[in-house]
Amino acid sequence: MTPRARTAVFFAGAAGIAVLLLLALPGMPSFGLGAHPYGARAVRAGTDQDTPNIIASVNFDQRALDTVGEELILFAAALGAVVLLRAVRDERLRAGGDLRHGPADVFDALRLTGALLLPVTLVVGAYVVANGYSSPGGGFQGGVVLASALHLVYLAGDYPALKRLRPIPPFEVAESSAAALFVVSALAAGALTATERGARTVPWLNAVVGVEVACGFVIVLARFFEQALEIRPRRKEAR
Amino acid sequence: MADALVVAALLLTAGAATGVVLTRDPGRQAIVLSGYGLALGVLFVVLQAPDVAMSQIGVGTVVLPLLVVLALRAARTAGKAARKRAAAREEDGA
Amino acid sequence: MSWAVYLVPLWILLVGVYGVATTRDLVHAIVCVSVAQSSTYVLLLLVGYRKGGTAPVFSDIAPGSRPVTDPVVQAMALTDIVVGATITAMLLALAVQVAKRRGTLDPGELRSLESAATDGHR
Repeated sequence: MTPRARTAVFFAGAAGIAVLLLLALPGMPSFGLGAHPYGARAVRAGTDQDTPNIIASVNFDQRALDTVGEELILFAAALGAVVLLRAVRDERLRAGGDLRHGPADVFDALRLTGALLLPVTLVVGAYVVANGYSSPGGGFQGGVVLASALHLVYLAGDYPALKRLRPIPPFEVAESSAAALFVVSALAAGALTATERGARTVPWLNAVVGVEVACGFVIVLARFFEQALEIRPRRKEAR
Repeated sequence: MADALVVAALLLTAGAATGVVLTRDPGRQAIVLSGYGLALGVLFVVLQAPDVAMSQIGVGTVVLPLLVVLALRAARTAGKAARKRAAAREEDGA
Repeated sequence: MSWAVYLVPLWILLVGVYGVATTRDLVHAIVCVSVAQSSTYVLLLLVGYRKGGTAPVFSDIAPGSRPVTDPVVQAMALTDIVVGATITAMLLALAVQVAKRRGTLDPGELRSLESAATDGHR
């Protein structure tokens, strides 16, 4: 299909969607004034379980099985990305590739700032994970903050230091164990009585999810780094 | 006042999304994507959803552009090597 | 006329799909898919908004003292954002492999399944 034909088909489809939605949208409840019956019940259930952060309560208490599904999607996608990025038969991990890409020749101030910010951002990430129970935060957000905190070292110009800071096998083990632990904990929470459930399960599930998300992102980024900076085709013998 | 803020944030987001799509070079697009992530984060804060905003800023401003830039670099080096090998093979066969 | 706010997610979705339809680079297409995906987050949060409301977190306010926005749609959007990023990572890994096998990222040149460019595994 020529590009022009493709664009024409797109505009036809877009016009169709636009017409359908313009017919449907005026029927929506007024913006900001609609009733949220499910939301009101969720708020009441959350406050009954003594969980101040209702969103954490919905994610890890009221709809925890839903979050198990999301966890497994995340795990599978990370696994898929890692499998797709491994060095195949006719490639090799170029030895010394990491030294070829750093430490970069940047200002000392930049490198020092990166090194000093690393523990601060790690603590902030752990804080976001731990306080997801009572104030905005939680496992998902905190895990992302932890993963990006680790890569500040790379952004400050030091790729070999990043490689030393995150040996891949421990992170892989941590990610898989956290995923398994999350599923087991979510299913085991069914054995607790309704009054114990909120305060017991939410902080623990938060922490497990935080570990899993952080390790997942670190591993995927590590494989992308290898692909971008280190893997090279194996040189064939001269024929 | 709050309504004007919501409308302004929505318009900013729509404009940023258009900017991301209209930036054809993927390398530049990664940076515009980072800005779009920030605009979305601001919109989510204005809509009184701090958890979602935290998630969006962490993911859309840091992790996603980094992934795009790394993938682009890997694809470009791999593509160049693949093209060189194909050209060498054609020369041998000719 | 307050339903006009819902036109913004519609615009973002259509712009994202337009980017995919007219792209000349697979990585650009993947980023446009991510933009189209974000339109759903905006729509979810717009539906959950309440005028004069605040976040559904009761660490500093008493429950019932102020109207709050809907926590259920926020919980959905929150996990969706993180999971969507890993899906984008997997798509980017696919794009890297395509570039390795075919030498190009241009969808126009990738049309047939035969790989004329490379095949080291004969």
